[in-house]
Amino acid sequence: MNRHILLVAAALAALPLVAHAAEPFRIGLLVPMTGPFQSTGRAINDAVKLYLKQHGDTVAGHKVEILLRDDAGVPDNTKRLATELVVRDHVNAFAGFGLTPLALATAPVATQAKIPEIVMVAATSSIVNASPYIFRSGQVLPQPATIAADWALKHGVKKIVSVVSDYGPGYDAEKWFNDRFTAGGGTVVAALRVPLANPDFAPFLQRVKDAAPDAMYAFVPAGVGGIFAKQFVERGMDKSGIRFIATGDVTDDDNLGDMGDAMLGVVTAGPYSAAHPTELNKAFVDGYREVSGGHRAGFVAAFAYDGIDMLYRALEKTKGNMDGTALAEALKGLSFESPRGHISVDPETREIITPIYIREVKKVDGALYNVETETFAAVKDPAKIKP
Amino acid sequence: MLTILVDGLAYGMLLFVLACGLSVTLGVMNFINLAHGAFAMAGGYVAVVLVNGYGVPFLLALPIAAIAAGLLGVVLEQTLYVHVYRRSHLDQVLFSIGLVFIAMAVVDYTQGSQQQFLHLPNFLKTRIDLGVVSLGTYRVLIICICGVLALALQAILTRTRFGARLRASVDDPVTARGLGINVNAIFAATFGVGSGLAGLGGALGAEILGLDPSFPLKFMVYFLIVVTAGGAAGMTGPFLAAILLGVADVAGKYYFPSVGAFIIYTLVIVLLVWRPNGLFAAASGR
Amino acid sequence: MNHQRVRQALAAPRRLRTTEFVFWLATIAAYVLLPERSLLLNETAILGLFALSLDLVLGIAGIVSLGHAAFFGLGAYTAGLVGKIGLTEPVLGLLVAGTAAGVLGFATSFLVLRGSDLTRLMVTLSVSLVMLELANRLTSLTGGADGLQGIVIGAVLGTFEFDMFGRVAVAYSLTVLFLAFLLARWLLHTPFGLAVRAIAANPLRSAAIGIPNNRRLVGIYTIAAVVAGLAGALLAQTTQFVSLDVLAFHRSAEVMLVLVIGGTGYLYGGLVGAVLFKLLQDQLSDLTPQYWQFWLGLIFVALVVVGRDRVFGAPQALWRRIRSAA
Repeated sequence: MNRHILLVAAALAALPLVAHAAEPFRIGLLVPMTGPFQSTGRAINDAVKLYLKQHGDTVAGHKVEILLRDDAGVPDNTKRLATELVVRDHVNAFAGFGLTPLALATAPVATQAKIPEIVMVAATSSIVNASPYIFRSGQVLPQPATIAADWALKHGVKKIVSVVSDYGPGYDAEKWFNDRFTAGGGTVVAALRVPLANPDFAPFLQRVKDAAPDAMYAFVPAGVGGIFAKQFVERGMDKSGIRFIATGDVTDDDNLGDMGDAMLGVVTAGPYSAAHPTELNKAFVDGYREVSGGHRAGFVAAFAYDGIDMLYRALEKTKGNMDGTALAEALKGLSFESPRGHISVDPETREIITPIYIREVKKVDGALYNVETETFAAVKDPAKIKP
Repeated sequence: MLTILVDGLAYGMLLFVLACGLSVTLGVMNFINLAHGAFAMAGGYVAVVLVNGYGVPFLLALPIAAIAAGLLGVVLEQTLYVHVYRRSHLDQVLFSIGLVFIAMAVVDYTQGSQQQFLHLPNFLKTRIDLGVVSLGTYRVLIICICGVLALALQAILTRTRFGARLRASVDDPVTARGLGINVNAIFAATFGVGSGLAGLGGALGAEILGLDPSFPLKFMVYFLIVVTAGGAAGMTGPFLAAILLGVADVAGKYYFPSVGAFIIYTLVIVLLVWRPNGLFAAASGR
Repeated sequence: MNHQRVRQALAAPRRLRTTEFVFWLATIAAYVLLPERSLLLNETAILGLFALSLDLVLGIAGIVSLGHAAFFGLGAYTAGLVGKIGLTEPVLGLLVAGTAAGVLGFATSFLVLRGSDLTRLMVTLSVSLVMLELANRLTSLTGGADGLQGIVIGAVLGTFEFDMFGRVAVAYSLTVLFLAFLLARWLLHTPFGLAVRAIAANPLRSAAIGIPNNRRLVGIYTIAAVVAGLAGALLAQTTQFVSLDVLAFHRSAEVMLVLVIGGTGYLYGGLVGAVLFKLLQDQLSDLTPQYWQFWLGLIFVALVVVGRDRVFGAPQALWRRIRSAA
């Protein structure tokens, strides 16, 4: 009986000690680490690791814990893992989301659990509308697509053929570029769609060549861009006066170094380039090279880095209050310098306001880089701007 | 449009080289080897490492990649596959998928998950303009190499003693053994050659099809299509099937881009319903 | 006299064995004792149902199919669409989805009647890939690559609301699984089921004794499609989300792997395989989110090389005892 009381007393005495140590800030990182999109997941994971290495793992008195989960790019996995992260692991925020359906599947979980969901890579405009807790740290496809169209119009491109992969993001890229281009007086000679599981681009490129436009606008998933560009050159199209315009996804820095000289002269519109000439970016690129085992930082890594940055800053803004709704309020209107330039979160739409650059692929120190030639600061999502 | 025809021909021939090893394994050993794509991937990565990393000339890297993949095939065959020959087809599926997972993870671990870009020599990046048709040098190379291979394989199969022994082992392994033919050695050699061809196909195809750790699963469907449509016996069947599919796929996507993706699958269904044993199946239906 | 013995022999397998009771009791125990794993259990139940449907086609009827996801996916999209247009009661949605999948199954069953294993493999695969492309194209209907949104699923039978923890979801899925299982088990011992098993064993002989081979095969294929559609519907309803992934090749491949692991032909194979596969995947993925595939592949290879019979000797022996007279 005495021992019993002693034990209870000891337990009660220990309680305040336990309560004093501040609760860790847990971030559930849901990314595809296996499957066809695993390079996205790796980049996100490495960038997050880099951020923690550079900025420490403590914020506003809380230790930051990253819980990495592989959803293999399958939305029901993402949803289940997200729910388990809330129910079993008591996370305070979600981050990651390499594809649109993954972010959309998690939206109801974020709403119900009332915790912020930071979408780092998925670029469909409608995602942020799925939950009042969704914030984006990357880009929205309409942003680079419309800027690219503006650039084309300004530089005397009158006729284009658009070639996009036959899936959601492809349709988005096609729509936003083509609509803007035609609104500005240009002509879309043909809008081709390439099946996603497509082994050979020959027939599509041949069609573009036959149509003899001033430029070809292309959107294909990252990774495939290099093969596409190679076949573009193989067909002699670069010499036939057809310009190659694309969104930054095609010349992803992650792959660009290896794509070969076929890429020289490709003009893209994108938010991030590893060649962006600031100290902050240099530190980021160098640090990433170390953490990832020699890879060049690409836009996926940059977006992930910014996403974690957003959470850190929000937590500082709430002075350590980890309540989801408070964090969501704090996230709105955040404005800061990131490796890509100055970014901010639109307080009304929770969408990212990002600089978009026009870049051209050039050789810098013997390697291929996206060299920025024009800057468009603070581009909002055109899809959300009321006419 | 002749250019499209040539493009389709090159693509088809590439498919043939990639798939004929599978056709042989299936026809000869009645073994469903879904890991075939992994040997192609191995060949591709060997070529990339040699050309990009060590500056080995591309044309030299091709046979090295083929030999490497072939050796890998022989080693795996002797150590793992022999235990699985007599199992049911479903067990073989489980086994070969397991191998694919292992291969994908190993490649990912050692080479990373991103796309691999082979640094082709400049003379292969040019274009030959013959007025009525414009040919990419690389595609011409593919057609030549694969054409020669196809002829060589057919010659070996029909005119050499090894070929005769191989055909005997396919038709009736028991009698073949009874005649003193070393069926096991023939299987091992065939598997090695099949894997080597896959490796060559992977190296040749890296430029056109791309190369990353998910290669085996991405293209397995196409290999299976060639093998099934061609009938898993002999060389002519898969060869003609591959050409047909290659040209149909490329031409279809050119002339009817909106239904491009459907063409190949619908074609397969129609083909297989019309001729369930493949276009050119041998009389012995297996 | 012989009459009696034959009737007894045919009736014997229909009686439930103790091990089967144990299996289902263990399932209920898992539901009760592991509330924090409800979501995983739900997915396992759905995968098990899907594998059961494949067992009907592959294990019982001997038709090799690598495109079973076509029915799973159609069931999922149907249930999702039904939920979207306002018919939110799940059981109703389930029935509609099952019917839709059944129609597709019936329509495509004629394609698998002829040909070798490989032919059927390719035809079924092509059918599912065509379905995938269709779903990708018809974005206004399916939401395309972004997935179907706006799905509203109401309370089961008007009373059990789906909760965040998945308790209701897993109970719902397990109930559907159990009922479907009972149906399959009963079907197996009807003249229809016996006919299908005869066809699988020797089509020439079964035709010779007057069994209409094609009609029976069409029948079992359609039924299997209905069950697969039910599994897809369950997924759509319990997650309230459907994307192109439900029609992807990896679904068909995964369910075949699950069935092969558990063993074909005795109906429990799909369920046992689903439990093992999901458990392995979950544990391995926790251990190494990046390279779990390697270990999974290694386990598969080892399983086959060592011999599945040695691992699953017990259930196989049990099945043999179930099959033979008591």
